[in-house]
Amino acid sequence: MKLFKKKNYIPIGRTVMPDSKGESVKPVEREEPVIPNGMWVKCRFCGALVYKKEMDQFQICPKCGGHFRISAKDRLSITCDEGTFEELDPNMTSKNPMDYPDYDKLIAKMQEKTGLKEGVLTGICQIDGYKTAVAVMDSNFIMASMGSVVGEKITRAIEKSTELGIPIVIFTASGGARMQEGIISLMQMAKTSAAVRRHNDAGLLYITVMTDPTTGGVSASFANLGDVILAEPKATIGFAGRRVIEGTINEKLPDDFQSAEFQLKHGFVDAIVERKDIKNALSRLFKLHGIKKEKEAAENE
Amino acid sequence: MSNASEILTKSRMVSRPSSLEFINSIFTDFFELHGDRHFEDDMAMVGGLAMLNDMPVTVVGIQKGHTVKDNVERRFGSPNPDGYRKVVRLMEQAEKFHRPVIQFINTSGAYPGKGAEERGQGEAIARCLYVSAGLKTPVISIFIGEGGSGGAIAMAAGDRVWMLENGMYAVLSPEGFASILWRDPTRSGEAAELMKITAKDLLQNGVIEKIIPEPEEGIENNLQYTADIIKEELVKELKVLCSKTTEELLEERYKRFRKYGEFNE
Repeated sequence: MKLFKKKNYIPIGRTVMPDSKGESVKPVEREEPVIPNGMWVKCRFCGALVYKKEMDQFQICPKCGGHFRISAKDRLSITCDEGTFEELDPNMTSKNPMDYPDYDKLIAKMQEKTGLKEGVLTGICQIDGYKTAVAVMDSNFIMASMGSVVGEKITRAIEKSTELGIPIVIFTASGGARMQEGIISLMQMAKTSAAVRRHNDAGLLYITVMTDPTTGGVSASFANLGDVILAEPKATIGFAGRRVIEGTINEKLPDDFQSAEFQLKHGFVDAIVERKDIKNALSRLFKLHGIKKEKEAAENE
Repeated sequence: MSNASEILTKSRMVSRPSSLEFINSIFTDFFELHGDRHFEDDMAMVGGLAMLNDMPVTVVGIQKGHTVKDNVERRFGSPNPDGYRKVVRLMEQAEKFHRPVIQFINTSGAYPGKGAEERGQGEAIARCLYVSAGLKTPVISIFIGEGGSGGAIAMAAGDRVWMLENGMYAVLSPEGFASILWRDPTRSGEAAELMKITAKDLLQNGVIEKIIPEPEEGIENNLQYTADIIKEELVKELKVLCSKTTEELLEERYKRFRKYGEFNE
């Protein structure tokens, strides 16, 4: 009965393989096409493989229009007027208050990967001529979870804008509180919310732009406290994790659950704005709040 | 004092008194006020008016049940957004009538449900923090059992935060922490030790101002012992807080939370 005899597998690839005598032979050196890392990205909405160079600076899927997650630096370059961004607290870095195993290593790895010191960039800039404070969270850095540094930088940016009497725009993206820093991470929710309160009491404008994903402790603090809340299409926005909810209620949730569109429908977002239109939307909102462009303000003095 | 893992177990005991029992043992004339004026009355959150000796106060608290039926109705003490909106409503009412607010916390976290998300759990908690930050009357928060995550800090953003000897407060549940760190939720006891969740740890790192002792025979057997201590402390502390100007009160409350953070520059 040799009919069903198991055939010898033929190993492929460049691993060391035994020859017929059972001795290993050296792999053949072959010329392989060189594909630089990160040239192709997969669209999480339609599954298409997208050649990075095919995308413009807004990083939109050319097949379906899905918004890719964008780095904080790229966000600043499409939002701020050229050469106007002045960074606040550029050198602030995390400690390891809880002696969480390998937290320092994780931070170092993330810094190398992203070229950032932490999960948020803050500063003062001009957007279409309007002077404003800005904070941009970067989900590439431990999902922009909020520990001491993220909380402190955002609080300082809000305080600075209160002091200068200017608006603040925060692009939110976060997995929630930074569990590696323990209870101090949770305290950042109260700290940032209190700073928003003071900015508000000074009669100043705060605009939130919710981007993918805005969840957990960030959604339960400053992200949801904007005077105007914009969101990017299809961004995940919610408090509890989808799987946690499914486990609790023992029910499968619809695909659009906790999407930007879901939040618009339920009244928690003012408008969904495509990335390419956000700068224009911010400019219009500044104007509609009676804010003057830097140039006009200078001329009037 | 017990170790973190023992405290975790004690803080969650079904027989442990919850907010309503504390309210009735500390205050007199409790008049419960229901509903958030938006959607419904969340039974995981209780609140109303009461007398602390001769001073009217607003009390709110997260209520766990003591029977299965009670617990199902109260979702084991995990509030919906409607619960947090009840707190906001009662805080603003307290401000209008110049009453101090006393908050009791006993929750593993805000409820992770479909309706909770549809009605904006994140926004409701954020609004609690925001209103607390600017409330013109004193706010004192007391952790009487479990204190988990955003659902707990929503009610612990006032002037003073105290904790019972066997209470706990953490950024996420020790089970969640253990499953992320070791992929093993059963190692929650170990996680509890690492996470510094006990009143002693939290007093040390400045998250709370005071530890309230519990009786040797267990708080479930002698609630009045602890209730009397809380009452005495409240009277003392409210005297201090009520003597401050609104500006002083708000400035000190801002600084209380402004200080949290450990970083290099």
